[in-house]
Amino acid sequence: MRDVAARRGAIMRNPAFWGVIAIAALLAINVIKDPSYLSIGYNGETGRLSGNLVDILRAAAPILMIAVGMCLVVATSGIDLSVGSIMVVAGAVSMELLSGMDGSTGNAALTLAVALGIATALGAVNGILVSVVGLQPFISTLVMMLAGRGIAKVITGGQNTTADNDSFAWLANGYVAGIPVVFLLAMAIVALVWLLVRRSALGLMLEAIGMDSRASRLAGVKRRNLQLTVYSVSGLLAGVAGVFATASVMTVDVSRTGYQLELDAILAVVIGGTSLAGGKFSIGGAVIGGLLIATLDKTVVFLGIPASATPAFKAIVIVVLCLLQSERVRSLFRHRRALRAQSQKEAVAA
Amino acid sequence: MTVTTRPPTGSAPGPAPSRRSLGDRLGARLSALPTVAALLIFVGMIIYGEAAYGRIVQFSTLSNLLVNNSHLIILAVGLTFVILTGGIDLSVGAIIAVSSVAGVMLSNAGWHPVAAVLVMVLIGSALGLVSGVLIQYFGVQPFIATLATMFLARGLASMLSTVPERLADDSAIRELATQLKIIDGEKVNDLVVTPGVVAAVVIVVLGFLVLHRTRFGRTVYAIGGSEQSATLMGLPVPATKLGIYVISGTLAGIAAVVYTSRLGSAQNITGIGWELDAIAAVVIGGTLLTGGTGFVLGSVVGALVLGLMNVLITRDGGIRPEMTTIITGGILLVFVILQRVLAARRRSETG
Repeated sequence: MRDVAARRGAIMRNPAFWGVIAIAALLAINVIKDPSYLSIGYNGETGRLSGNLVDILRAAAPILMIAVGMCLVVATSGIDLSVGSIMVVAGAVSMELLSGMDGSTGNAALTLAVALGIATALGAVNGILVSVVGLQPFISTLVMMLAGRGIAKVITGGQNTTADNDSFAWLANGYVAGIPVVFLLAMAIVALVWLLVRRSALGLMLEAIGMDSRASRLAGVKRRNLQLTVYSVSGLLAGVAGVFATASVMTVDVSRTGYQLELDAILAVVIGGTSLAGGKFSIGGAVIGGLLIATLDKTVVFLGIPASATPAFKAIVIVVLCLLQSERVRSLFRHRRALRAQSQKEAVAA
Repeated sequence: MTVTTRPPTGSAPGPAPSRRSLGDRLGARLSALPTVAALLIFVGMIIYGEAAYGRIVQFSTLSNLLVNNSHLIILAVGLTFVILTGGIDLSVGAIIAVSSVAGVMLSNAGWHPVAAVLVMVLIGSALGLVSGVLIQYFGVQPFIATLATMFLARGLASMLSTVPERLADDSAIRELATQLKIIDGEKVNDLVVTPGVVAAVVIVVLGFLVLHRTRFGRTVYAIGGSEQSATLMGLPVPATKLGIYVISGTLAGIAAVVYTSRLGSAQNITGIGWELDAIAAVVIGGTLLTGGTGFVLGSVVGALVLGLMNVLITRDGGIRPEMTTIITGGILLVFVILQRVLAARRRSETG
């Protein structure tokens, strides 16, 4: 009896559980609006799956990628505000390079390598500012956030550069086994990162830095190298997300690509139960958080609410999830349940 | 955020400033160094601007600098309170959007201008209260709580209107931006102030007095030094923390009034990224993001540095507009590295 209650308590305390509930609730709202919302079509000719769920997965892919990077950064009690700007830099680099080359697959691969290299380098600059110079993560990445969008504008000369390359566009719009390539890649990245940090001591070391950086150093954790690595990885993943975001339309919009996506990523991470104070993280939770945000975005549009009002609904979801996780609200529920149990006992005694 | 950068000495003004030991006084002076550096760089920028482009040290340019940045100064004062406690407020830019859109719509709907202005300010207070309650009573981290408020405010503004709302030409709110000549210079070289500038100056003075001369202000510094110690000392930590977010929201509401009266219109996308400008101003002014150390007057200098930089970039004409954010980022970086060096030196001297 107690065992079941304890297990139920553990599930209720897991923030990712509430994330799943929220996704289900949003999907339920959509189903009420249109009963065929969840149906998935299969196109026999192209072998593609289609439907709203597939759209959600595709939209979730970039958020998932940057959320995974953010998750590692937050684990070390850092924060990376620059991912949106690094996305646009990666997009600007790739469009600028492709627009001057013919549409061969080799050029696409070369462009991809250069764009991701630059994104990683920008992430490494964050890492150096945080780990070697010792600046606060908030400020270091704020500098990169401001500078990054400027760099992207300088690269394209302030234009929204367009390019043509079928192989490159396939990355964002293609399908493998009926599922969008982007989502498969995002899941592959998630799985790879999860294996790296959870099947080795790496994750524990990151958490140690987040709990107490001095104690972790005394315990032999190489703080500088690890911080440099997580910020570089965050930059790299932001670069991947940026390439996908631009490849889907083959245009980089220097003022809108990746705009405020760092906030979405931070939200995804927090919804998934990773504390911004650092010291613990959950990659699975971040994935659920990312899926929730993508579902929310799509739901708002589906319900016919102007997209510019989306933030208000995000606010509601954040507040509700935060309140559910808050000790005060939980103790209120506990208190009421205890009162009810007591009154029942008294009734039996009488 | 990381706590490693916090200097081990408590540099908050002690309860008995008259009996400070030599070490404390040295600590206090060193903690003012970034602010002094910001002031020096501001003066340096003025001298450079005057030498390179001319027409900087004159009444019209300097008074325009104040007129155009009064809203940023007001925001920076509010954020100084928040950042001094080690918190952050990301919602101020969005509060300006919802407050100004609502104010213009109410005013155009025939509300009395005083009532409309009051509502604008109270919208800010209410949203600040929402952040404060989430943070203080539900244990939500300031970053997330104010992010929620930011989304809420931006979303509400978008629900009200998504097109620029123009303030009627005869609206009394516009009179808050009337340029009052104080010194009538040659041609257009006049020293002018607007009621908005006066409001900003009053708020800066009030902010300074509250932080340095009241129990509330000392509690703010104490929370930034160590929230746990402040609680153990019996300081009213919960009420103070709630108070600073209400202050920050209210000041954002006032900034909305000042900005709207000057521009004469409001839109749901007004103020995007201004929270970052205000945070940058506070940091440039020498306030540490970990809390406990900093000055309101420093934040004012920080806001003016950012404003002057825009003036210089416009004057130069050769700098492409897309370089602006890179330069802002660069200046911010220089300041925080400077702070970092000073903090390191302070630690080696006192420890």
